Amino acid sequence: MEYLPNIIFVILLVAGIGYFVRNIQKLIRNIKLGREVDASDNKSQRWNNVVKIALGQSKMVRRPVSGFLHVVVYVGFIIINMEVLEIIIDGIFGTHRIGQQVLPTSLYGFLIGAFEILAVLVLVAVVVFWLRRNIIKVKRFLSSEMKGWPKSDGNIILYFEVVLMCLFLVMNATDTAFQQVGSGNVISQFIAPWFEGFTPDTLAIIERSAWWLHIVGILIFLNYLYFSKHLHILLAFPNTYFGSVEPMGKFDNIEAVTKEVKLMMDPDADPFAAPAEDAEEEVPAKFGASDVMDLTQVQLLNAYTCTECGRCTSACPANLTGKKLSPRKIMMDTRDRLEEVGKNIDANNGEFKDDGKQLLGDYITAEELWACTTCNACVQECPVSISPLSIIMDMRRFLVMEQSAAPMELNNMMTNIENNGAPWPYNQMDRLNWKDE
Amino acid sequence: MAEYMAEGKQPEILFWVGSAGSYDDRAKKITKAFVKILNKANVDFAVLGTEESNTGDVAKRAGNEFLFQMQAVMNIEVLNGYGIKRIVTCDPHSFNCLKNEYPGLGGNYDVIHHTQYIKELMSAGRLTLDGNTYKGKRITFHDPCYLGRANSVYEAPRDVLKKTNATLVEMKRHKSTALCCGAGGAQMFKDAEPGNKEINVLRTEDALETQPEIIATGCPYCNTMMTDGVKFKEKESEISVMDIAELIANA
Repeated sequence: MEYLPNIIFVILLVAGIGYFVRNIQKLIRNIKLGREVDASDNKSQRWNNVVKIALGQSKMVRRPVSGFLHVVVYVGFIIINMEVLEIIIDGIFGTHRIGQQVLPTSLYGFLIGAFEILAVLVLVAVVVFWLRRNIIKVKRFLSSEMKGWPKSDGNIILYFEVVLMCLFLVMNATDTAFQQVGSGNVISQFIAPWFEGFTPDTLAIIERSAWWLHIVGILIFLNYLYFSKHLHILLAFPNTYFGSVEPMGKFDNIEAVTKEVKLMMDPDADPFAAPAEDAEEEVPAKFGASDVMDLTQVQLLNAYTCTECGRCTSACPANLTGKKLSPRKIMMDTRDRLEEVGKNIDANNGEFKDDGKQLLGDYITAEELWACTTCNACVQECPVSISPLSIIMDMRRFLVMEQSAAPMELNNMMTNIENNGAPWPYNQMDRLNWKDE
Repeated sequence: MAEYMAEGKQPEILFWVGSAGSYDDRAKKITKAFVKILNKANVDFAVLGTEESNTGDVAKRAGNEFLFQMQAVMNIEVLNGYGIKRIVTCDPHSFNCLKNEYPGLGGNYDVIHHTQYIKELMSAGRLTLDGNTYKGKRITFHDPCYLGRANSVYEAPRDVLKKTNATLVEMKRHKSTALCCGAGGAQMFKDAEPGNKEINVLRTEDALETQPEIIATGCPYCNTMMTDGVKFKEKESEISVMDIAELIANA
């Protein structure tokens, strides 16, 4: 019986981490449904991006207020989590504040003191975040795609953080021994008086409850990530690594098209040539994307990484002028469809059964896709190197090359280029007329 | 260019005029202004003339990769045939396409935007501005997406404008936060989707906030959009929309 708490703790820990790992494996499987991308180039530039953009938050501070608050929560999150290490060791071995025993009092006090200060700063930042979402009504949190679950999701995460920070402070405040040492209780010494009338037994119960709830809360939060928009705290790192290292204006040239064009331009090519006897039956490439499987693995990782902050949408010229297009919605739709496909695979013993749905049409409409000016503002604003534009482009390619479904005026423009080498119906021979006008 | 070839010479630089610069009445004025600058600086340049064809950029942004690559391969054939090394263009869309998307199809050139080239000519002392046409005038520069964000060229157009001794005023959204004029991504050639405002009007409002006398552009499409926006706001008698090439040619 003496080891009961240790056993319960280990079971909780293994179950919590185990379920999380299971879901992450599912996530990786889903991402691998996409087309492979070669990202073996520019290694140093890629690492540089991880350090600057993800670790260094360089793009967060483009918006100073939310950027600064985010840095507070981010630093708090990373540093306070060192405390979790102590909690885990204590939980497994039944020790109490192992750090206090192995570290010099001053160092331990310094660390816990820093955690306490950060906990308060995080609380303040989180309260401001909540106000921005619910009272001040910052415009980018009011878009139509933010109604319902995405709105609650954002708030739930904030509540989690409030509860976790409060539990941490209460745990310290009610730890009589810790308070007596008087080192590191920078904040909790002011909370301790609230519990003055309590008996030592009650205090011990409160302290233990806060301790258990804190670690259980962290495990629940960890597992909540997969079901929420909050995966960016982990995926921002791989996402900035795999993000584009090219100038934003450079769009990929489709290789399958290059092959076709080269063949067309080759005077020696025999259009009636029968395929070689032993030639493998090649599946003709699909041009562009109509569903998540046609996108690249990086685009799917992008979708899971998006935390729905909406900086892209708030900079999008189409969205700013009332069009339906919202780059954030493109990412959310891609993720939701990918999750749907993943669940379909789970339900059908590992194989995807056609469900008569696809990303194009059922989630993202042609109207949204055609409203894009390809201005790259969304790509520029994303703090974690997501490119909604690349998905929009791939879906346009499908519309045009597979379905010939471009708006009529664009068809005219393209016909003109085909016939006379200009988007307008002018003669090729008149190209130099400006010289003499 | 064919004439240069016949004489066995290579020009210093090839001027890629682009479809707008060749056919659009407003853009042709930009083309001519730039030629005036090139002549003033004694630049030995050539154009492809009737051998130039659309870069395919707009087809690519519209999603027609086939048409883009057909155009690109044809143009690369011509450019490589003439042994072209360096290209300058007044159109940021051609600039981006030639610079970033042609290399993958076998067309490798040193491509620069005309504002970069003008700056180069100025720093080399080949082009000097003597007049004071724009001294003290309030000019605001609208960053073209495919020059700015797409290729991080923010300073060259501003450095050139500063040489006119004009007062440069920035819009709230500028450089990497600049708002698109609304023409990119093939929007120039179609009506906008339903919304509550035209993008060029919103961008013109950004510009009007700075109370400019001149809105400077570096792209023929931006020029059209901003000109239309100024007309929509009925400000065309007070504010002119001009390409940097025109400003420098008149300075």
